[in-house]
Amino acid sequence: MSLIKSRGTELLGYLLLAVVLLVVLPLLLDNFRLNLIGKYLTFAFVVIGLVISWGYTGVLSLGQGLFFGLGGYIMAMFLKLEASTPEATAIQSTPGIPDFMDWNQLTALPWFWEPSHSFIFTVFAIVLVPSALAYVIGAAMFKRRVGGVYFAIITQALVAVATILIIGQQGYTGGVNGITDLRTLMGWDIRTDSAKTILYFIEVVLLFGCMAVARLMLGSKLGRILVAIRDKEERVRFSGYDVANFKTFAFCAAAGFAGIGGGMFTLQVGFMSPSIIGIVPSIEMVIFCAVGGRLSLIGGVLGALLVNAAKTGFSEEFPELWLLGLGGLFIGVVLFFPRGVAGLYADHVEPRLGPWLNRARLRTKLPVGPAEPTPAE
Amino acid sequence: MSQDKFKPELVSPFRRKLLMGAAALPALALLGPRPSFAQAATAAVNTTGLAVTDSTVTVGILHSVTGTMAISETGSVQAEKLAISQINAAGGVLGRKIEFIQEDGASDWPTFAEKAKKLLVQDKTAAVFGCWTSASRKAVLPVFEQYNGMLYYPTFYEGLEQSKNVIYTGQEATQQIIAGLDWVAKEKGAKTFYLLGSDYIWPRTSNKIARKHIENHLNLEVVGEEYFPLGHTQFNSAINKIKLKKPDVIYAIIVGGSNVAFYKQLKAAGFDLENKQTLLTISVTEDEIRGIGGENIVGAYACMKYFQSLDNPNNAAFVKAFKDMWGQDIVIGDVTQAAYLGPWLWKLTVEKAGSFDIDKIAAASPGVEFTGAPEGYVRIHENHHLWSKTRVGRARTDGQYDLIYETADLVEPNPFPKGYQ
Repeated sequence: MSLIKSRGTELLGYLLLAVVLLVVLPLLLDNFRLNLIGKYLTFAFVVIGLVISWGYTGVLSLGQGLFFGLGGYIMAMFLKLEASTPEATAIQSTPGIPDFMDWNQLTALPWFWEPSHSFIFTVFAIVLVPSALAYVIGAAMFKRRVGGVYFAIITQALVAVATILIIGQQGYTGGVNGITDLRTLMGWDIRTDSAKTILYFIEVVLLFGCMAVARLMLGSKLGRILVAIRDKEERVRFSGYDVANFKTFAFCAAAGFAGIGGGMFTLQVGFMSPSIIGIVPSIEMVIFCAVGGRLSLIGGVLGALLVNAAKTGFSEEFPELWLLGLGGLFIGVVLFFPRGVAGLYADHVEPRLGPWLNRARLRTKLPVGPAEPTPAE
Repeated sequence: MSQDKFKPELVSPFRRKLLMGAAALPALALLGPRPSFAQAATAAVNTTGLAVTDSTVTVGILHSVTGTMAISETGSVQAEKLAISQINAAGGVLGRKIEFIQEDGASDWPTFAEKAKKLLVQDKTAAVFGCWTSASRKAVLPVFEQYNGMLYYPTFYEGLEQSKNVIYTGQEATQQIIAGLDWVAKEKGAKTFYLLGSDYIWPRTSNKIARKHIENHLNLEVVGEEYFPLGHTQFNSAINKIKLKKPDVIYAIIVGGSNVAFYKQLKAAGFDLENKQTLLTISVTEDEIRGIGGENIVGAYACMKYFQSLDNPNNAAFVKAFKDMWGQDIVIGDVTQAAYLGPWLWKLTVEKAGSFDIDKIAAASPGVEFTGAPEGYVRIHENHHLWSKTRVGRARTDGQYDLIYETADLVEPNPFPKGYQ
């Protein structure tokens, strides 16, 4: 019952996912639905990060919304500045600054908005700012050996702090409304249907890029140390590894992926809102990961897709009762498929398909089953 | 042009036959309800592919029925459904029955944007009645402008906005504030004001307008201004400051659940709203009083455009119909009434324009009057807001307001007030 996959089935999984996302869905769905899939997939970036930090390293963060939001806000700040030309904002008391600043009696652009004039800065900051923040949090916590539940609670608190800060500082952040009315990306109108479709494909390619990076990370020696930390932290420490550094690294990587997801979210949805940072969305992101299977990158992506599609589907059919349906889905998954969609595959599909796909019996170096002895090379 | 108009008339009877079923056609055509003579051919009244058939027109309702805002938005959903059923009972719009698709914004602004897009792109709804918070309106506004939809937005709000694709059936800030301040300065002889608010765009903008009006137009004094995060429940330090400053008027724009804590703590601190302290609010409707408790807020003044207790025939009929449909215990607040105006104004506009096309109803909207409004009479201004009266009511222990004052004339909506920004 191990989750160890053969390289053959794994490749096939990625291939299938690529075919579904790049060919089947675009052919089957209209623009509106494809754009929705694009929105769901932004959460898949977060889930990839969670697979690394939670699934492999055992660092459960209930605060990924913070990093997702940071990425999203950085992207939104760039787009908002581009949309706030002096001509477009001529009716304001101070033309040339974002509209919500004008409503809050600001008369000049705050200093920390200045770098957002640069697209290059924005692209790097979307990954680096969340990672840097994660580094500060991680270093502060893990060096002091704060872990497990305590760490999860602290991340939760940070999310709450971030939401309050953003809502409270509305002159600088747009407050409850968020940063709205974004129009163009370097002159390219992102609101049109064709732009949304192009953005969808860019996003899927980025997603596979992130999955490849994550897969490389987990397949390397580093990945094995992360698993070792999850299963027997003390032992790894006594072997001379700096556990805190590795945990911080996993947490930073997760934050970076979440930041990319957030940036894509802003592009897909067309605005950024503090409601996506809060405690509930952050926990939802962990649920996507749990539904998909926290040890599988492909499973994680499927989890993000399935839960969000279920959310949309239920709420369109039963606008007043849909939360019950969604709750039922979560309970069902935990009761019947504790290892999520990926576990379902590993337990039921692979044993039947495996011999066909795996004649050569090539085993990967992905040692993931909890407390399972890994096959020696 | 004339060809365009002829074609559909040739097509649509054929469609109708298909709909009715060939076998039953002869009998049905005689017995069934025949479209009236006035009914125009569908293709003529709907040139942009909206969800309009020969017998129905589909609209959307987009509010939060789950999440933190559900408690506030439910009244609006009920009012819109009531208006739709009444319009249908009276023969529908251009002879077509209104059907609605309801979506849940789930108190989450990106979800509002998603559902708005669904209602416009996939369902092709001819109009959408919905949104409540400014944040949700800001989230859907680009969607309505891009896909050329029509939103009827019911909440009193901060202004600073005007769109071809939105009809604002609630008051913008100046309509709610200025007349109330004039009244309290004149009738109560108020000299000093203390401004309070929840910390987001609507209370901040409203207090900004209030302060400018108090200082520059009334030449009176603001002695304090303070904001609290949404959901805040500890008002003791603010109340102590108010005690120290002894303002003639407490001007409160606190929203949602915070109200409960605020008015209870104010009462506990010894403020007697009935006899000594004047408090004027623009954020407490009958709905909120249900949570606050009438005994905690009795004597406070509220500045709105509608109170459930208004004494006119329109309102009596409205309150009765609302209670018959949704239960006898229900209370009706200002926003609920404004939401009720939405479907009616849309019907009147469509009939004035003779078309469901968004561009035509956007152009036809200015000047549309609704004489059956529970608040009395309203008319749509060129800026897509409503001309409405401003009214001051005083809270009673049973959770209703007594009407104390109303402006003699309709107040002009002015979403971009000069000198108040």
